[in-house]
Amino acid sequence: MTRMGFFTDTSVCIGCKACEVACKEWNMLPADPPPDLLGMSYDNTGGLGADTWRHVAFVEKPAPPTDLGMPSVGEPEVRWLMSSDVCKHCTHAACLDVCPTGALFRTEFDTVVVQQDVCNGCGYCVPACPYGVIEKREEDGRAFKCTMCYDRIGADLQPACATACPTESIQFGPLDELRARAGERVTELHEQGVTEARLYGHDPNDGVGGSGAFFLLLDEPEVYGLPPDPVVTTRDLPGMWRRAAGAALGVAAAVALSFLGGRR
Amino acid sequence: MTGTQSRPDSGAVPEPVPGSVPGSVPGSVPGPASGSVSKARERSMVGPAVFESYYGRPILKEPAWKQPDVPLYLFLGGVAGASASMGALAEPSGRPALARATRLVAAGAASASVVALVHDLGRPLRFLNMLRVIKPTSPLSIGSWILAPFSGLAAVTAALEVTGRLPTIRRLTGTAAGLLGPAMCTYTAVLLADTATPAWHEARLELPVLFAGSALASGAGAAMLAAPAESAPARRAGLAGAVTELVVARRIEHGLGLVSETYRTGRAGRLLRAARALTAAGAGLSLLGRRNRLATVAAGAAYLAAGVCTRFGVYNAGVASAKDPKYVVVPQRARKA
Repeated sequence: MTRMGFFTDTSVCIGCKACEVACKEWNMLPADPPPDLLGMSYDNTGGLGADTWRHVAFVEKPAPPTDLGMPSVGEPEVRWLMSSDVCKHCTHAACLDVCPTGALFRTEFDTVVVQQDVCNGCGYCVPACPYGVIEKREEDGRAFKCTMCYDRIGADLQPACATACPTESIQFGPLDELRARAGERVTELHEQGVTEARLYGHDPNDGVGGSGAFFLLLDEPEVYGLPPDPVVTTRDLPGMWRRAAGAALGVAAAVALSFLGGRR
Repeated sequence: MTGTQSRPDSGAVPEPVPGSVPGSVPGSVPGPASGSVSKARERSMVGPAVFESYYGRPILKEPAWKQPDVPLYLFLGGVAGASASMGALAEPSGRPALARATRLVAAGAASASVVALVHDLGRPLRFLNMLRVIKPTSPLSIGSWILAPFSGLAAVTAALEVTGRLPTIRRLTGTAAGLLGPAMCTYTAVLLADTATPAWHEARLELPVLFAGSALASGAGAAMLAAPAESAPARRAGLAGAVTELVVARRIEHGLGLVSETYRTGRAGRLLRAARALTAAGAGLSLLGRRNRLATVAAGAAYLAAGVCTRFGVYNAGVASAKDPKYVVVPQRARKA
C-alpha cells in the first residue's frame, strides 16, 4: 500500500478548530475536564493528549519586520500564528519501538496505531514520544492517540479532521504527493516574500526518519510547542544495551571478587 | 496598516535576563517576550537558557508511571539481582547464613518488584501481555523476560532454602538466578534511558553504571542487615558499589550540560544529596564494622536507604526535565546550529 499522510499548511490555518471538533466527534473522545479556560490565548485545549488528537495552537507575538497581511491590533503590532498539531506517525516511531506488548503497530498505510484490546497500560510509550503526543487516559488506564482515522481511510474516506478543515490547511493523501505539493507551496510563499515559511517533519533524514504528518510553519517549531530536532530514542539503544551489559558484567565481577577474601 | 510603521527593535521590548526570575525562565513567558531576541543572538546564547516555547508549556509528556510504584520497582529489582548473585556464591564459599539471607531477600524483593510493576499498569489484569512478544527494541519487553524467569528461580530457591529440601535443585536454581542477577541490576537503567525524557536519555551511558553501583550497595546492605556475622563479602561488594555510585553520580550531576541541573535541583537534588551522604556513611560504617556488628547493621541500613533515594532522585530528575521545555529546546537548538 502507499504510505498515507497529513500535510498541515499552517499558512492558511484560520484557527477555527473544526479539526479538533470533528476528531472528537468521529473518534468519540471524552470531553476535556473543566476548568477548560487556560487564560493564555484563544487556545484552551493546551496540547495533544489521550482525549485530544488534533490540537490547534494559537500564538500571539510581535510581528516580524515583513508584512504578511496578518491582522494587527494596537501597539505593538502583533502577529497570529495558528497550527493544527497531530500525531506525527513517525517513520521510526519510538512509541511503537518501546511498546512491550505489541499493542502499537504499523498499519498497511504506514501509520502507527494502538490496538486497544492489547494495550495493558504500561505507559512506556508516553515518555518515549519525542513530541509528547501519546498519553494514558487515567480513568481508562490505556494509552491513546491519533489513528489517522484508520477506520475511515480503510473505507476510502478522508480522516475526519481533513474532511472538516474549511481552508485545506489539513491535507490528506499519499505522502509522496504531499511532500511534492508542500515543496511547491514553500517556493510559492518564498516568492511572495514570506521567507519564514519552512517545512517541519518532511525530511526522511531527520531524527525520526521523516514523519507521516508534516507541517509548513511560519516560525521556529518551538514557538508552536514542537521540538526543534526530535530524535527517536531507540536510535541510541544498541549503545545503551552494550553499556548495560558491561555494567552487569561489572556487578558479576565485583560480587565474584568480593568472595575471594576470607574473614567470614 | 501592518508593515508600514517602524517596529520596536529588540532594544525597545524588555529583554529577558537569563536566570533572573527563579522558576520563570524567559521561555516560560509567551511568545512576545522571547520573540524579541534576535535569531543570531539566540544561537550564540547556548549557555544561558534563552529560548522560545509555546507559552512555557511542556513539549514532552511526563513519564506516565506512578510513584512510588516504579522507583520502588527499580530499587527492588536491583536489590534482588545483587542479592541473588551473592546468594549463588555464598553457599559454595561456606556461608550458610549469608546464603539463606541473600536468597530470601532476592525472592522477596523480586516478588515485590513484580507486584509494583503490575500495580503500575493501567490494566493490571493484562499483565501477561508483557510476555506476548519478545522485542529487543523495548527494554520493558526484555526486562519482563528477565524479570519473569528471575523471580521464578529466586522464589523456588528461597522455598527450597527454607524447607531444606532438594539441595541439588536449590544450587541449580540459585546459580541460575545468580547469573540473571546482574542483568536485573542494570536493565532498568536502559528502561529509563530509552525515552525522550531529557534527563534520562542524556544520561544513557551513565545510568547503567549508576544503577549497577547502587544495586550492588543496596544488595550488600540487605545482606549486612540480615547476616552481619558472615557479611565480609557483602562489605567488600558494598564498597565497590558505593565508590562506583559516588563517582558516576558526580558525573551525572555535573557532566551532562544543561540537563545536569535537574539532578542537582528541586526534589531530585535533595534526594540525590541524601543518597550520596547515605552511601558515604554506609561505606564508612562498613569499614568500621569489620569487628563491630552494630556498625555493620547500620551500614547496611544506610546503603538500603541510599538505594531508595537514588532511584527516587533519578526518577524525579526525569520528571523535572520533561516538565520544562527548556531541556528540550535548548539542547536541540544547540545541536542543530
